[in-house]
This record gives sequence, C-alpha cells and structure tokens, in this order.
Amino acid sequence: MTKLFKYVRESQIWKSVFRHGYPDTPRNRTLAVLSNVFLHLHPVKVRRSGIRLSYTWCMGGLTFFLFLILTLTGLLLMFYYRPTADKAYEDIFALREHVPIGVMREMHRWGAHLMVISVWLHMYRVFLTGSYKPPREFNWNVGVILLVLTLLLSFTGYLLPWDQLAVWAITVGTNMARATPFLGHEGPGAALVSFGGIDFIHAGDDVRFGLLAGRFVGEGALLRFYVLHCVGFPLIAATLMAVHFWRVRKDGGISGPL
Amino acid sequence: MHFALATLMSGGGGAVNDGPIAAALKNFSNWLTEPTRYSVASILAVAGILYFRKFFSKISVITIFFVLSTAFFVFAFQDPNFNAIITKPDNVPIVILFATVIFFTWLALRRAVINDERTKRGEPTLEGELSKQKVFTWPDLVYSELICLVLFTAAMLVWSILITAPIEEPAATARTPNPSKAPWYFLGLQELLVYFDPWLAGVVLPSFIVVGLCAIPYLDTNPKGNGYYTFEERPFAISFFWVGFLLFWVSFVILGTFLRGPNWSFFGPFEYWDLHKLEPMVNVDLSTYFWVGLLDKPRPDNALLREAPGIVLLVGYFLVLPPLLGKTVMKKMVTDLGMIRFNVFMHLFLWFALIPVKMGLRWTVNLKYFIGMPEYFFNV
Repeated sequence: MTKLFKYVRESQIWKSVFRHGYPDTPRNRTLAVLSNVFLHLHPVKVRRSGIRLSYTWCMGGLTFFLFLILTLTGLLLMFYYRPTADKAYEDIFALREHVPIGVMREMHRWGAHLMVISVWLHMYRVFLTGSYKPPREFNWNVGVILLVLTLLLSFTGYLLPWDQLAVWAITVGTNMARATPFLGHEGPGAALVSFGGIDFIHAGDDVRFGLLAGRFVGEGALLRFYVLHCVGFPLIAATLMAVHFWRVRKDGGISGPL
Repeated sequence: MHFALATLMSGGGGAVNDGPIAAALKNFSNWLTEPTRYSVASILAVAGILYFRKFFSKISVITIFFVLSTAFFVFAFQDPNFNAIITKPDNVPIVILFATVIFFTWLALRRAVINDERTKRGEPTLEGELSKQKVFTWPDLVYSELICLVLFTAAMLVWSILITAPIEEPAATARTPNPSKAPWYFLGLQELLVYFDPWLAGVVLPSFIVVGLCAIPYLDTNPKGNGYYTFEERPFAISFFWVGFLLFWVSFVILGTFLRGPNWSFFGPFEYWDLHKLEPMVNVDLSTYFWVGLLDKPRPDNALLREAPGIVLLVGYFLVLPPLLGKTVMKKMVTDLGMIRFNVFMHLFLWFALIPVKMGLRWTVNLKYFIGMPEYFFNV
C-alpha cells in the first residue's frame, strides 16, 4: 500500500499537478498555499487571533460558501426551468410534484435567505472590529458593493418562481423606481425634464420601465431578471469576490491589533 | 390613537380560549409591539444595554435571555395567530436573523468589555496576545474552513429536507394580495414608507445608506480599535452603528415581517390579521399647522408660498445647522476631521436623523409632511 502511494506520488502525472510534497513541513505548507490558484487567495501565514471563531464568526467564509452552494444548485435548477410567463410557474411546480426528496430548490431558497443574513453579519463584525480602518478602506468599499450585489441577486431571484409572492414582491419593490427624482414618472422633478411641451419622462420610458422592460411585471421583466440573476450579477459578484479576498491578503490578512 | 388602542386591548384573536395569565401576557405583547412603543422600547433597550454593558455581557444574562425567549416561543406557538405567521417557511430565516444578531451582538459586547478592562489595566487585548503568533494557513485555517463547510452543508441539507420551499398560486397581475410585501430584507425600507414618500424611502434614503457605508472608512479618522473589539475607544462609532443596523435595519425587518398585516396595518403577534382593521388617518401637513393653526388664515394657493415654512425649516436643517454646530458644540470635531469630512458626515447624519425626527413628529403631533407639494411629487 505504502509502495503504491509512493509510486503514484512519484509518477509524472501526479508531479505535473502538485509541485510540492505532502504539506507537513514549513516549506511544503507554504508551497501548498502558494502553488494553488484558489488557496493562494489566502496568505501563507495568518494571525492566530484572526482565525478564532469568536473573532471572525466565520461569516465572510460562510457567505462565500453559500455563494458556491447557490451557484451549484442554481445551475442544476437552470436545467429544469424556462423563463417564460407560461412555463416558469409550471416548471417550479413540477420540481415539487415530480421529484421525491428534491432538495435543490430548497437549498437554493434557504441558502439565498441565509446568504443575506451572513453577509449582514459579516459587515457587522467587520465594523465592530474596526477592520475597515486603514489600510482596508478600499476593501470595505468592495464589500459594500458585494453586499448590494447580494441583495440584487436575491431580489432578481425572487421573481423567478412566478407565483403571487414573487410577482407582487417585485411589484412593490420596483414601484419605488417610479418615484426616482427626475428619472421616474412619479418622481419629483420629472415634470421638469421636458422640451417644447413634450415630457421625456413618462410611464413608458422611465427608470422603472427600464428595469421591468414594460409598464408592469410581465414576461419582459421575467427574462430580464432571469438573465441578470443567472449570468450578469453572479459574474460581477464573482469578479469582485476575487478582488475582495485578494485584497484581504494584500492588506495584511485578517485584521488584528497593529 | 385611542381607537387603535381600544381594538388592541379587546384582542383580535377572539376565538382563542386562554387562562387569565396567558391572556394578560398576550395582550401585553400586543400592546408593547405597537410601532410607537416598539421603537421607543428598542431605543431604550439599546441605550440601556450599552450603558450597563458590564451586566449585559455576562454569560448568565444571554443564557437567561435565550431560555426565556425559547419558553415564550413555545408558549406563543400554541396561539393560532402567532403560529400562522411564525411557521411560514419563508419566515424561518427571520427567526434565525433575530437569534444570530442578538447572539453576535452579545458576543461582540462581551469581548469589547473584556478588552476595555484589559486596556485599562495596561494588558494587551484578547486579540493582541494571539496576534503576535502566526500560524500556517495550511493546515490551521484550511482545516477549520473545511470543518465549517461540512457541518454547514449537513445543516443545510437537513433544513432543506425538513421544510419544503413554498410556492403560492400562479402569478395573476389582476389579483393584488393583501398585504403586498417587498422581499423581507427590504421591509425596513417599506416600513419607512409609513413616514416618507417613495422617492425618499425607496430611492434617496437607500442610496444614502450605500453612500454612507462606503464613506465610513474615510469619515472615521479614529485610529483606535483597528482589529479588536472595543467600546470605550470608539463609543460614538459603535453606538451609531448599533442604532443604524440593529434598530433601523434588523428590528424594522422583524417588525415588517411579523407585525405588519393587511394594508400595512399594525398587528400584534397574537392578533388576527383582520382585513378590515381600521386605522384612523388624521395626519396634517406642516403648512396646515402654520397657516390655519398659527395664523388662522386659509392656505395660500401658490405652492411655494404655501410650503414656505417647511422649506425654510428644511433649508435651515440641512444648510444652517451644520455650520452652526461646527462653530459651537462640534468645534473639536471640525478640527479633528477637517471641513470636507465634517460637512459630508453632517449631511449624511442629518438625513439619517431625519428618520427618527419625522417618526417622533408623526407619533406626537400627527405631522404628515414638512413640505407637501403633491402637484410636483415633492413631499418631504
């Protein structure tokens, strides 16, 4: 058995993948982190205080992990879901009716709720430990944008089951955009945006119309939200997450007393 | 006010047969959670916890709190009205939110109290002792990440098997459900709609929240408290964030989820969600108070003249107040921060403060708008 392991580990295939020995010496432990594109988002060494659960609450890590769960379950859900007004509800309903012990939709829904909570708690912890202070100001800002993206991801996903809850929650949410100053048709100042007696801002071309691709939450909104939910926002979020983690490392690792 | 109180005390549930103690407890809960009292009680609670932080950071206090909450939960669970709202599958996360936020607030407060005492004695903070030691990411960090990941996946699986994701009736744009609620994480903003028009509650204030969050690292020039829990080294920052996050965000989400029913009317946790519950609408604009109440004249037809008192008031609030404060009570802050930081901070802060100010005026003198120009959709 030991001989077999030794053979495998010394084969050309193994060595082409792993450029270091078993990580039980300082050198190999350093290499394990540095030679792996995912692990190298971590620093090689971290403060002992920084990895205590009572300090970090693990909320940032949990948020990232939830993002992975949501990507995986979301990908599977995409195989069974058609984002059209007459199929969307049917497909989601079928998932419940025809799949025994189906957990993909459940994992996706509960995970999405939890991700919102964990990202809030992460922000809360970072604030309470003053971890936004120099040199981490920029990374806090990246974090704020990621927080907004998390809410937008959840918001766009809310519409997709195409049931009463979905449609009306999005209606209530996007109704706010009507009142955008200057850009919404019921917003203050919108009447000023006119030229030669022609109003430029009305229900058919204001900010809300742009969000929903229509005057109400309909098929256009469903497709728009679907594309943003499955492609647009995850891509931006994933990119910013890479920046976020890398900056944690570059700004001196998980925060600790100076 | 009195009318609403009378309906409350009579108990909406009606059909439930309770013993006298249970009924009293339920009536008291319904009475206490009415938005005015709910908000005032939460503000008092936050102030009290911060002031008596040594007491509240004890392990026994949080243990007793969670035991009592669980007991209350078990008791309340048998009430059909409470049960109906708490057992909605999508409300489970709100209960998790409530429990985790309280627990982590307690944990942070505890560590802050310990650190502050250690600093006073001249000892290093809890984090300070350990931060000098460095450990390898592999295995110390990677392994704990892996353990978290496995345990968490297991929990997620159990939850997903136990509770099926709900699906309601198919979308029908012709049938508006009552209440129509935004997704739960925006319910704090929906609650603000009671006090502000959509352009403020739905557009301007959320934008200022994001801008304000981004501005925090540049406005907080206090170098202390970087990388460890503390309260005494940054009392204002911590209190401010507690009020903003705990009161105006989390507690309003909970209020909006559990205590707002049809027509966004308030319902106590043990109250039946009656579609026909009436709430008197008796709110008055500032212009009415000024022209009709004070000068005993009809309101002028010209909108600008009519709303002049409110405009003067708000211009004074946003433009005169910051330099006035900067010259007098906040002199030290201006020198510490510099003019630009001070002004940015003051404007964000005044927008934030407008929320409790308006709420207070609504509750006390039924103020509807400072400036009410519905002809231009410009209501503040």
